[in-house]
Amino acid sequence: MLLIFLVVVAIAIIRMKNLFAVVMLTGIYGLLSASFLVVMDAVDVAFTEAAVGAGISTLLMLVVISMTGHRERTTRHKPLLALLVVTITGGLLIYGTLDMPYFGSADAPIHNHVASRYINDSMQEIGVPNIVTSVLASYRAFDTFGEVVVIFTAGIGVLALLSIAHRPEDGDKTGSFNDSLNEQHLIVRIVSKILIPFILLFALYVQFHGDYGPGGGFQAGVIFASAIILYSMLFGLNIARKVINQPFIQFISAIGVLLYGSVGLASILSGGNFFDYNVLSNDHITGQHLGILLIELGVGCTVASVMIIIFFNFAGRREMQQKNEREHNKNQELS
Amino acid sequence: MLMGLFNYWIVVVLMMIGLYIVIAHGNLIKKIIGLTTFQTSVFIFYISMAKVDGGTAPILADDIIQYSNPLPHVLILTAIVVGIATTAMALSLVVRIKEAYGSIEEEEIQQQDNQIQEDEKNGRQA
Repeated sequence: MLLIFLVVVAIAIIRMKNLFAVVMLTGIYGLLSASFLVVMDAVDVAFTEAAVGAGISTLLMLVVISMTGHRERTTRHKPLLALLVVTITGGLLIYGTLDMPYFGSADAPIHNHVASRYINDSMQEIGVPNIVTSVLASYRAFDTFGEVVVIFTAGIGVLALLSIAHRPEDGDKTGSFNDSLNEQHLIVRIVSKILIPFILLFALYVQFHGDYGPGGGFQAGVIFASAIILYSMLFGLNIARKVINQPFIQFISAIGVLLYGSVGLASILSGGNFFDYNVLSNDHITGQHLGILLIELGVGCTVASVMIIIFFNFAGRREMQQKNEREHNKNQELS
Repeated sequence: MLMGLFNYWIVVVLMMIGLYIVIAHGNLIKKIIGLTTFQTSVFIFYISMAKVDGGTAPILADDIIQYSNPLPHVLILTAIVVGIATTAMALSLVVRIKEAYGSIEEEEIQQQDNQIQEDEKNGRQA
């Protein structure tokens, strides 16, 4: 049923011309797919998708369309040809699914390789009840390291493309502009001011409870970042920059990656393989716990700070554009 | 028999909707939304494969025998966060394109590029 909703929303996304409505629909799409993931037992994934798909990505797209305009032009190039290509590809893919094992069957090939070892032995080997965490942070820690580096690199990329030298002396002007805008949303501001500490606390809970329940560094990072993003949306970018200044948050994102990597190096130096936590302590379960705690902390730091960097840079760019426009208008009035 | 593959067919439909948006729409933001739709369909595909009938979420507890497969969950968990990071990267490129060309419609950008090329050619001839 949820899947049918997903298809309906996706078709609506094709039909809509107003990009604002399209972005809202992608938010709904993200939330629906998160609910579907809960039904499919993937609680950790659903957590992340709810925070990312329905939260952060929708907000980023909103900021971007406020810079680039809300309307899509009506012309489409060669819709019939595209439809033909899509139909043929889809037909071939559906033909491919005919050979697949049925949904939910326990003897499918996917369940017969490493998965049974993760399920049966991870309690003795890692000592962490949440199998997803033990696979993520211990069995496949090298993979996850790669992912964290990709996120860090994307953060650097956004910085390189969008960062502007922030001059503090223009701060007052843009600040007053923001305040006048924000006073319209008094109730929203008060409610979210009450909520933000709880969101931050919840992020910390998710971070450190990831061993026992759904959660971990990735989820905690995006939840933490969404609290900060909420704050900066409602109280203006300049006030948020005073709370968390940008060099500091860039430093934290690098520290996260370094912390993760240095856990790997520490395990080499104490005589094990890269990311082999057994050697970190005398008791291998304690070693695993320590290793997982540290690298989840590294992941959390990097993910949260990269998300905040991305949002700050988009919003900062927008503020700069608005200011340029206002100055441009003022100049025109003068001449 | 029909229901056994239903999830995968929906995945294919969603994937093709994403692909159609990427091919047929000229607006760059719409294209990125198409890509995220495509991406989400892949997530749903992996997670559907991980599901085992009668299984529960892969968090070990005493009186539970059947768990769903945790490995695809791990892969997709990291893929979602990497996905938003790369989407942000694409969006920042769109912002720069808007600043440089004043438009995010593919055809207008192409026109401007052609114009510049022609101007250069004429300049060289003159």
